[in-house]
Formats: sequence, C-alpha cells, structure tokens
Amino acid sequence: MQIRPILAALRRHRLATLLISLEVALACAVLCNACFLVAQRWELIQTRSGVDESSLAMVMVHGFEADQGKDLNARMLAGLRAVPGVQSVNLISQVPFGPQTGAAGISHDQGSFKRKIGVVDFVLAGPGTFQALGLELVAGRLPKVGDYSPATNFAPADAQVLVSRSLAEHAWPGESPLGKEFWCDKLHFRIIGVVDHFARARPRDWGSQAVEWTVFTPTLPGGSLAGTYLLRAKPQDLPRVLRDARNAVAKIAPDVVLDQENSRTLVDLRASYFKADRIMIDLLIGVIATMLCVTALGIVGLASFWVGQRQKQIGVRRALGATRGDILRYFQTENFLIVSFGIALGMVLAFGLNLLLMSHYELPRLPLYYLPVGALALWGLGQLAVLAPALRAAAVPPVVATRSV
Amino acid sequence: MFGYYLDLALRSLKRNKALTALMVLAIAVGIGASMTTLTVVHLLSGDPIPGKSSVLYFPQVDPENPALAEHTEPYPAMDYRSALDLWSAQRADRQAIVTSSPVKVRVPDSGQPPLMLSMLSTTADFFPMFEVPFQYGAGWSAQEDARHARVAVITADLNDKLFGGDNSVGRTLRVRDTDVRIVGVLKPWRPTPLFYDPWSQNFSRTEDVFAPFGSSLDINQGNFQAYTCWHVPEKVGDLRNSDCVWVWLWVELDSPAKVQAYGRFLAGYAEQQKAQGRFATGKEHVRLRDLMTWLTARGMVPDDVRLQAWLASAFLVICLFNAVGLLLAKFLRRSGEIGVRRALGASRRAIFSQCLVEAGLIGLLGGILGWLLTLAGLWLIRRQPVDYAHLAHLDTTMFLATFALAVAASLLAGLIPALRASRVVPSWQLKAL
Repeated sequence: MQIRPILAALRRHRLATLLISLEVALACAVLCNACFLVAQRWELIQTRSGVDESSLAMVMVHGFEADQGKDLNARMLAGLRAVPGVQSVNLISQVPFGPQTGAAGISHDQGSFKRKIGVVDFVLAGPGTFQALGLELVAGRLPKVGDYSPATNFAPADAQVLVSRSLAEHAWPGESPLGKEFWCDKLHFRIIGVVDHFARARPRDWGSQAVEWTVFTPTLPGGSLAGTYLLRAKPQDLPRVLRDARNAVAKIAPDVVLDQENSRTLVDLRASYFKADRIMIDLLIGVIATMLCVTALGIVGLASFWVGQRQKQIGVRRALGATRGDILRYFQTENFLIVSFGIALGMVLAFGLNLLLMSHYELPRLPLYYLPVGALALWGLGQLAVLAPALRAAAVPPVVATRSV
Repeated sequence: MFGYYLDLALRSLKRNKALTALMVLAIAVGIGASMTTLTVVHLLSGDPIPGKSSVLYFPQVDPENPALAEHTEPYPAMDYRSALDLWSAQRADRQAIVTSSPVKVRVPDSGQPPLMLSMLSTTADFFPMFEVPFQYGAGWSAQEDARHARVAVITADLNDKLFGGDNSVGRTLRVRDTDVRIVGVLKPWRPTPLFYDPWSQNFSRTEDVFAPFGSSLDINQGNFQAYTCWHVPEKVGDLRNSDCVWVWLWVELDSPAKVQAYGRFLAGYAEQQKAQGRFATGKEHVRLRDLMTWLTARGMVPDDVRLQAWLASAFLVICLFNAVGLLLAKFLRRSGEIGVRRALGASRRAIFSQCLVEAGLIGLLGGILGWLLTLAGLWLIRRQPVDYAHLAHLDTTMFLATFALAVAASLLAGLIPALRASRVVPSWQLKAL
C-alpha cells in the first residue's frame, strides 16, 4: 500500500484531518489519565486491612459515663457472647473502616515532637482481641497477662505495644523495632511485637504511605476501652449474629444508645467507606465509554462524508483495475495515519494533563505503559469506526466512473 | 433574512437525519455532562447567607508553640482561654463562641429510648447573627448565658421526632443528666455549606440541640473533642485548661472601620499573649477573614467534584471537535448549492450567516436535549450517598447557562466550517454541475 497518495489526498483536507486528529489526541489524553485514575481508585478500594473482615463485625454503643464503662463491658460481653453463633466477643477501640478514635502524633523523644515519627492510630484492645482480629504476628511476641495497661485517655500512660510492619519500617528503617521506645507527649510506649498488616480506621485520610501506621495497644477493659465490641462468627452466620446482637443490646443495656450507623459487619463498613471511590470509578468508566463512542461516531461521520465525496474517484480507481481490497485498505490506511497523528499529539497531551492533575491532586506520575495501551485502544477504535464506511467505499462499482453526477 | 436562513437550516437538517441526530446528540452529551458537574460546583461554592456574609468574620489566633509543629496558618479553632478573652471583650457588633459535642438526650417520662444527638454550644448572639429562623419561641438572652441557664433550642426535625411537631416551648428535655427547658424551636434550617462549623463535613445537617455555652460545658463536660492538641490533656474531655484547640469564634462587623479596628484588637491581643509567653507567635499568625473568603480558603468544593468538572469540560471539548468536523463535512457537501447561491448574487457574508444559523439551530436542539440530560444527571446525583446530594437542583442561572453554553459552543464549532463554506469558489462548483 502506497502511503504517498493518501498523504497527498489528506493534504487537500487539512482542516478535517486536523480536527479528527485533535479529537483523537484529546481522547487519548483523557483516556490514559481516566484509566490511570480508575486504577488508582481501584488500588484504594483494595486496601488491605490485615484482619479477617468476613468473620468480623463491630457493635458500638454510646451514652454512658466513664465510670460505668467497666460494668457496661461486663454486661455487654456476657450478653453478646450468649447470642447463638457467636465465636467470640472482645473489646476494641476502633476497627479498620470504622470511626477513628485515637489518632495522635508520636515521636522518638519524650515531651516534644522534635524527632517526630508521624500521626498514628492507637487501637486499644482487650484480652483475646488480637486472635479475634486474625492479625498475623511477624516478630516479637503476643501480649501476656501483665502487658495490659489501664487507660483513661486515648492511650495508656505507659504501655507495651505491637506495631505494624509498615510503621516499624518507617520509624526504625533497617533496625529491629523490638524493644524500641516512642512517646506521645508524656505517654510512653515500648514495642513487644510486629504485625504483618493492620490498616488504620480511615486509611484514605492519611496518604498512601501511612495507611498502616497503627499501634496495637493491649489495654485493661474499662476507662477508655468501653462501649465498642468486636464480634466474631462464621462468615455465613455473621449477618444473622449481628442482627441478633444489635437487638440484644436493648435488653442487655437499656440505658445506652446503639450506634446504628457503625454497628455493622466489617465488610459493610469497608463498602460504605469506599463508596465515593466506587461511584468515581463507575463515573470514570462511563465517561471513557461515552467519549470513545463520540470519537468513533465522529470518525464514522467524516469517513462517510469522504466516501460520498470520492464516489467518482473510487469508480475511476476501480475501473483502472483496483480491487475492492485495495479500496478498503486505502480507507483503513488513511484512518490509521490520521489516528497516528492524533496519538502522537495525544501522548504529549496525556503527560501534560497528568502534570496538571498532579499539581491539584495527590496523584503519582502516569506510568509509561499507559501510553502504548492507550494508543492501541485508539488505533483499534479508529479501524472499527472506519470499517463500515470503508466497506461501503469498496462496494462502489467501477461503472460509477462512466456516469456523470 | 433570518427567517429564510432558519427555513434553509431546517430543510438541511431534515435532509440528513442521521448526521443531524449525531451532531445534536454529541453536543447534548457534552453539554449534559459539563452542566451537571458545573451545576454541582456552582451550588457547592454558593453563599450560605447572601446579604449577610460580607459582615460575618472568622477571627483566628495561633496559641500553639510552633517549635512543636511547623505550620504557617493558624488552626481553624481556638483554645478556650483565647476564645473567652476575645469574646468577653465584646469588641464586635455581635460575637458568638461555638463548639459542638455528642450528647445523650431523652424526653423525661416519655418512655421513648434515649437518643445520641449532637449539641451546639454557643452564646446568645448566634441566632440573630446568623439569621436563624424560629418557628416557636426564640433564642436565649445574654443574661441567661451569664448565669448558665438550663435552656435549649431544638431543630424542627428534632421537634417533629420528639413532640410530633407541636409547640414544645416550655417542655423539658433531659440532656445527659440535666433537665433543660426548651425556649425555642427552629424552622427547618439547613445552611449549605454548614459555614459556621469549620470541621464539619461541609454539607452535613446542623446540630440537633443548641444550648448556652456555659451551661453546656457544665452539662456535657468530658464529652468535648478537640480539633487537635499539642499536649495530652490532663483530664479526658475537659478541655478548658488544656493545650487544645476546640472552640471557634464568629463576629459580626458592620463597617470597614470596625473591621480594621477589630483587626488591630486581634493583633494587639496576640502580641500581648506573646509578650506573656503564652503564644509563640504574635500578629503574623492572626487572621480575620470574611465568611466567603474563609470558605474559599477552607476549600468548599470536594476534590472529587472538581475532578469531575475538569473531566466533563475535557469531554465537552472532544464533543466540540467532533461537531466541528461533522459541520465541516455537512457544509462542504453542499458546495454545489452554495456555488449556485453565490452565482445568483448572495454575498460571502450571507453564506456565512446562513451556515451559522444552521450551526446555532443545532446548538439549540443540543441545548434542549442537553438540558434534559443535565436534569437526569442531577437526578442521579441526588440518589448518590453524598452529603451534598440534596443540593443538586438546576437553578435559573444554570438553566440559562445550559442554553447559552450549548448555542455558544455550537456557534464556535460552526465558525470555521461556515468560513470555509463562504469561501467556496462559485465557478468551480458551477462547472462541476
């Protein structure tokens, strides 16, 4: 196939060629960036919690006084454990994707934040909570009976804690975190173990690096550790167990108020936490699809016009011996060239758009492999769009050449 | 002439229905997408109390020692002492201290289970300053503030829920362990954004119960939460003597002179506190922004919404390029016809305007369809679980903007093709006939 005659023909339709190329270029830029955004959001939604989400639910109550905590815990633990199908009920202050209760800045030095580590989530947890969550210990040891400290604030004054691997690597890179100490103002912490993964309550709010900056803090029940309970049941039983547990609260503790919104399974809490991202993904996919349709229709429209305009030339070429395949390939090659111009420009635009987005949003650089994939998609789209008009062109009989219009 | 062009345009549009439909649809989809998102941006960046917003100011001082954390802007809240000092000085036309906390509420002897609600603690000026509408009764007085009166104002929603919408002024409400007398019931009031609360989800509802600042501190001590602290508080939830920021101050200043005077007062206070060693920074960390400036600084439009608006705009541009290409094809296909008209004496200008009328007509059709798509888009947004969903309605401005944008866009798209068509050389076309 000779490209030169096609280029010569395109030169006579500079404006139309330019327009379609620009459209393809813009589509390419938006396509690459929108796909990248979808991928980013998808990654967010997949955030690892490190716990057995499908077996866990949270029951949360409010409206009791600090001095009633101990008594409330005893009643709630006993009452909820009596719900048929419950495997365990334990005390916890917050779960991944639930409300955040204890985020605070920690530091390597006492009483000041000069050697700041970062803002972490303190997860207060009673005996047995570690096993109930299904956390995986990768170094050190589990909390023993003597490790549970009393807390009246968001964390105990002095505690033995476990940290996530991610936090350990951030605070003590290349060192063993076991036995290391850190402070939050005057509160003092010593590390006894490291867990593999453990997401904080609101992972989206703290940046991708800090998703798992959590401190698992063994705490004595009562004081700050009251009113929030972790239910564990078989995944298939969980919805029923949770429903029964929620209903039981009114009988176990008629004076407190059940938190309707947050007393849910972890699967539900995760789904509602990431709902906005899910909507955004749907929206982006919708925009991508509509945009590709519009671009394709534009190509169809212009190609049809050209085919109509060139009826006579096509007839002449056919009369001079060109096969139907030649005509078909002519239009296909023409489209390939136009789309290629567009893609070349579109790659530059895609990077520009990415830089623009990066300056406004917390977004990494567009990975290079998006560009060839985007290019392939648009080439494919162009060929698909031009097929129908090109087939119509190929069907023009040679006799057209001999007719006057 | 316009009528004739319109007739020609209609005939031309009817001739190739598929192409016309394609163009109208492309413009409509572009308009629909961009207008839906732009309407949301427009609504979210609106003025919550028009007419009043220019005299409402949000003072900020910075009590934190910057050696602890590096920041250049003061927090959007104050510590108890600064707020009380500034409020007690009564230097503004009106001033209110505000904070909110969760609280357990029930109607005594009603048999209804207790509810967890949110309580706004504030001072008497809050209601007149923010033009809060009352259904029954009124707010409380400065004297009641001063003597920590056990009174409360409730929202229309809560009044419906607890008292079936009856006039509940004079009834008793048990807030935590204290009985308070209801002195006022609000009309349905939902300022959007919830401008007076700098930490709230921007478009959430107001608090359910409003109580005098002093009394609610007595009643709900232990349940107040800090925006942030730079030392761990000694007593949990008692933030009065803590190194925490957790209350905020609003003032009304009716003239530019008063704004300047208040600015000087605020700077003087910060300098004085710095001299006493309580603040590490003086007047350089003092801010006095009016409501709209403060809302802009705070960033009212969520990132996702802005991203959607960008995306929709890019999408509209693509649709426009598409329309330009198709119009070009459409006009040039009629080169023969145009040649005849030119030969019969039509000027280039006449051809140009004829083409533009056709482009404008397509724009108008696209606008109508785009308007319907915008309505559909906003309906979809209203069904989403986002806190601004209830806002998503098309107002008159945006309704007119839809058509303006559609016609302007299609005229813009028609410009180059019309120019091209008006340049058609009559002799060539006539020869070809």
